[in-house]
Amino acid sequence: MLVFLARRLAYMVLTMLALSLIVFLMLEISPGSIATKVLGPYSSEEQRAIWLEENGYNRPLHVRYIDWLGGFATGDLGESITYKVPVNEILWDRLGNTGILGLATFLVMIPLSLTLGVLAGMKEGSFQDRSISVVGIVFTSVPEFASAVLLSTIFVFGLGLLPGTSGMTDGFNLIELILPVMVLVLYDFGYVARMTRASMAEVMTTHYIRTAVLKGLPYRVVIMRHALRNALIAPFTVIMLQINWLLSGVIVVEFFFAYKGFGALLLEASLTQDIYVIQACAMVAVFVAVTTQTLADIGYTYLNPRIRFS
Amino acid sequence: MAEVTADIPKREPLILRILKSFALLRESGVAMIGAGIILFWVLVALFAPLIAPFPPNATLAPLLPPFSPFEGDGGGTFWLGTDHIGRDILSRIIYGSQTVLIYAPLATGCAYVVGILMGVVAGYKGGWWDDILSFVANLILSFPVLVLYVIIIATVGASGINILIAITFASAPGIMRIVRGLVLDLRTRDYVAAAQTRGESSLWIMLVEILPNARGPLIVDACLRLGYVTITIGVLGFLGLGLPPPDPDWGGMINETRTMAQVFPWMSVFPCLAISSLVLGLNLLADGLREISIKD
Repeated sequence: MLVFLARRLAYMVLTMLALSLIVFLMLEISPGSIATKVLGPYSSEEQRAIWLEENGYNRPLHVRYIDWLGGFATGDLGESITYKVPVNEILWDRLGNTGILGLATFLVMIPLSLTLGVLAGMKEGSFQDRSISVVGIVFTSVPEFASAVLLSTIFVFGLGLLPGTSGMTDGFNLIELILPVMVLVLYDFGYVARMTRASMAEVMTTHYIRTAVLKGLPYRVVIMRHALRNALIAPFTVIMLQINWLLSGVIVVEFFFAYKGFGALLLEASLTQDIYVIQACAMVAVFVAVTTQTLADIGYTYLNPRIRFS
Repeated sequence: MAEVTADIPKREPLILRILKSFALLRESGVAMIGAGIILFWVLVALFAPLIAPFPPNATLAPLLPPFSPFEGDGGGTFWLGTDHIGRDILSRIIYGSQTVLIYAPLATGCAYVVGILMGVVAGYKGGWWDDILSFVANLILSFPVLVLYVIIIATVGASGINILIAITFASAPGIMRIVRGLVLDLRTRDYVAAAQTRGESSLWIMLVEILPNARGPLIVDACLRLGYVTITIGVLGFLGLGLPPPDPDWGGMINETRTMAQVFPWMSVFPCLAISSLVLGLNLLADGLREISIKD
């Protein structure tokens, strides 16, 4: 187990390093355009040359990469071009807001999708199964931006029940969180429910479930005691990997509802070519994604005794 | 089996075989519904100039609700209303289907060519080919997809070609993983050993002997992926990173009008329904195909 953990962590560090190189190269391969991005389109050729020299952009690429990576490790993320403040000052607040949004989404989505998945997988091919599957497919087919428009048309403009933006201008407001969470849950729950269903259906065909049914245990006990514990191992991984999807989803949802989160920051920075903010956001996103993948792997191994002891 | 004839039966012509595989769809109601929706949009895109009541970029009469009559030359009705600068929404949706039905299959196709090549090489060659290709694929797959798209498009700029490149770059690794898994299984088959003994080149074995036998799961995956790519193109348009205006594109239409949705909801609701129905069609078809392939 320790060897496995060490190997997994080493792989994670290697992945992070390789990804940081990709992010770095994608945005910094042409130093001339960085000067234009930082100084603006009306700067003279001479100003740009001076700026490049002062900020060390005339050094070889690998020196700059190591320097940049060192800056990241010590918490120096550079300065935002748009806001004229260090990236550190904006990034963490935004990340916290997205954390709240993500947490709320998971709190709703996990119970919902697991319940539906188990209900569908209990009797494969039944009416209950088919209808849950079809509902899942229908909701997964509506892209987040479309469900955002449709839901706000219904709940904001039609019924007037909910606020249409989630800027949180008067402090934190739970009501403003409802629509963004609803959009994210609707798009994601179908997939998790589907995976849970597949896992549950597989467990229901095993010999120990047949034995449990044949020895006369009540159906409830068979499901709750015997089937569920094994059926929920696979969805655990799926849910962890869903964080990766959520990071994509929050970009759309935060943009639409003007929620001051991390996804909106990344998008805004990309549209204004605010290069240090893009780099910082991309690194944070990659870090979260790689960490959750590693945790999913470790957790899966830990939860599944057949893998743990082999 | 009544009799065994000496000569190998002739294969039916390709067209007949393709038609027969379409007939298989009848086994699944879900697949039929999905195929029907897709066929609808393909026909709409093909006959767009005939169906569309107005030119898609003509500014006629702004802010009209659905079913308003057009009071200019030629008359007509704005069945779905007009947008903020007076373009007919129905016509823009009809022409927008051309955009999506050209770019989504094209991008998926490019991703498949790259992904299949990577996957077949990694699976068949094994060794360090596999190690390197799998590592690269894992790297790209650890990016949250949309973050990757936003960074790529923000770096290289929004244009049709760049969207194709970004989608190929982001989707090929996923396809590679599936193909690699299938090839790892198929390369131990007798017909591969036979081809190796005949002295066929690796390239021939990979592309002619192995690849056609991996098509089943790939077709299901292609349907699903086409749905994702359709969503992606829509999302990019919605975020303002899609195809440049003025030509209609569903995501872009929603982006242009969403701030006015409070007063003029029809401007953004109809493009939303259009894209959702197309994706639904693809997902239903994929689900039905999977069901049929499990039955066999």
